Amino acid sequence: MAAAGSNSGVNGGPLSGGSIGVSIRNATRRYGAFTALDDVSLDVAPGEFLSLLGPSGSGKTTLLGILGGFTVPSSGSVHFGEADVTFVPPHKRGIGVVFQNYALFPHLSVAENVAFPLRARREPKGTWGRRVAEALAMVELAGYEDRAISQLSGGQRQRVALARAIVFRPRLILMDEPLSALDKQLRESMQIELRRLHRQLEATIIYVTHDQREALTMSDRIAILRGGRLAQVDTPERLHDRPASAFVASFIGESTLVPVTRSGPDSVALGAATLRSARPLPEGAALLLALQTEKLIAAGDSVPDGYNRLTGRVTDIVYQGESLKVFLALDGGPEISLRQPAHHAGRRAIPPTGAPLTALIHPQDTIIVPAESA
Amino acid sequence: MTHPGTDLRRHERREALLVLALLFPALAVVTVLLVVPLAWLAVQSVTADGAFSLEHYRRFLAEDIYWRSFLLTFRIALIVTVLALGLGYPVAYAAATLPRRWSVVVLGLVILPFWTSVLVRAYAWMVLLQRRGLVNAALQGLGLTDQPIALINNEFGTVLATLHILVPFMVLPLYATMQRIPRDLLLAGASLGGGPAHVFFRVFLPLSMPGVVAGTVLVFVLALGFYITPELLGGGRTFMVSMLVSRNVEIYNQWGAASAIGVVLLLCVAALFWLASRVVPVERIMGAR
Repeated sequence: MAAAGSNSGVNGGPLSGGSIGVSIRNATRRYGAFTALDDVSLDVAPGEFLSLLGPSGSGKTTLLGILGGFTVPSSGSVHFGEADVTFVPPHKRGIGVVFQNYALFPHLSVAENVAFPLRARREPKGTWGRRVAEALAMVELAGYEDRAISQLSGGQRQRVALARAIVFRPRLILMDEPLSALDKQLRESMQIELRRLHRQLEATIIYVTHDQREALTMSDRIAILRGGRLAQVDTPERLHDRPASAFVASFIGESTLVPVTRSGPDSVALGAATLRSARPLPEGAALLLALQTEKLIAAGDSVPDGYNRLTGRVTDIVYQGESLKVFLALDGGPEISLRQPAHHAGRRAIPPTGAPLTALIHPQDTIIVPAESA
Repeated sequence: MTHPGTDLRRHERREALLVLALLFPALAVVTVLLVVPLAWLAVQSVTADGAFSLEHYRRFLAEDIYWRSFLLTFRIALIVTVLALGLGYPVAYAAATLPRRWSVVVLGLVILPFWTSVLVRAYAWMVLLQRRGLVNAALQGLGLTDQPIALINNEFGTVLATLHILVPFMVLPLYATMQRIPRDLLLAGASLGGGPAHVFFRVFLPLSMPGVVAGTVLVFVLALGFYITPELLGGGRTFMVSMLVSRNVEIYNQWGAASAIGVVLLLCVAALFWLASRVVPVERIMGAR
């Protein structure tokens, strides 16, 4: 990390091999009676950073397996660019894969691990040394060539796995929760680093994670999977602001879902309160209001115009360092929570537990989603 | 009130005593059944007519039947080991890579023969391989040979029957090692452009080497001391070290000579283990982690 920035900002670095679009068409994968992946179609643009996000068992690893060639779909197809690769074995796909537990070869040194793809591809032996050094420099592990894998820390192993996946200039890189074994700080700095690498490599990256924050930080677009199906594919911002379903609304961000009833073309009723939304309401009678904790504002003495108001009583205040989480029982309604910055003004706006409080939310932030039919 | 340090020391002492007490039965059994007989063996080997003598060891240099028997024994053990590795590796590979319910079947078939005694299996081979046995009858019936070929009472029969008994000792440590090779490493190898052969030779084979060493040492050492099978299938012509020991005791009543042979063989095995343990920890050779 010490040398961070020394080679950043350079587009089209020495390891850039261009990028390739990926198209998954109606992919289904069944294991006996269990359908791990159910008719998924997804197009990834060349050079895009796309995250597959979902809870465990949502099918994201199966989808990655189909992309990597480790799993053949029961039906449907996979295309890299123009080529149908559905039945192409992994070693002929020309993609870089970073595995969850790194999957480094314990009997080989760092340099031998990184040179593995070059040797496997019968690249001219004379170029190995230079290319391994370039790849290691890219992940800031220059000089680690002769180390044994067992001598490396978790973060360093992660970087070796990355170097090994990029050394042969793949046009597509798959990553399966590559940061999940690292501690929080290291994970966050690696996220930033991966963004930089993505710009330098110009490769298409498909990234599997169950950590929504990680997906939001790095991705151009996020595909949210649920029960083997795509719930929504969108940019981080749009996922956050325009969730298509209650599932996406509850999965992205930190929100409370509250049942509401339609009271007008652009308004809903929550108990005695009426809330206006700046967006068209979804079809159907059963609606949910997705209240994201950070979008709610604790009203002080003056209430500005144009805001929706929710009144209730403070039931608990949890101090969480940079912010306070305030639980609020709405009058005659459910309990919601809001997040308040922990600065002085923010803390002053919160009355003690048991006292009444009015929370404000802007119509732009008032998100209404259809209730789950199931 | 006592000093905390004293308390801690007392606690440690009590724990040490407890460990000793738990170990005592095992230590006692090992002492009585192993250390004492071995010591007795060593003493016998340097005793002649009630006095200290190296006469029994001198015989190794004087009589060529001794070193020829050792040479033959090592050769047969080596052949058996190489064949066991050749036969056992693919079986272990299959057991380690097949889906679980099939690997259980493969391992079951490997272990099944353990339930029949070595003696029974040796006689079974004799029935099959003798002059008018099934194999010779079949060969002649098919017109492949004009007359019975010698399949037992020679090195061939000895090697075959010994191999049959020792193959599981090769397969099991191999399987144990292979099964611990993470599947991800093979997938990674493939995703990085390695074809099946490249991944096997560059990833799987090197990572299975501890099992190869363990199985090789185990089978080789067991083959060195094999007695009943060579005795029955070698027909007295394949004169292995174990038979040398038994002849010395049974026919010549030479306990000193027999002990000396035992000690030499033991030293050979110990040297082998020492060599192997420099490559793979002994616990692993013995099948423990």
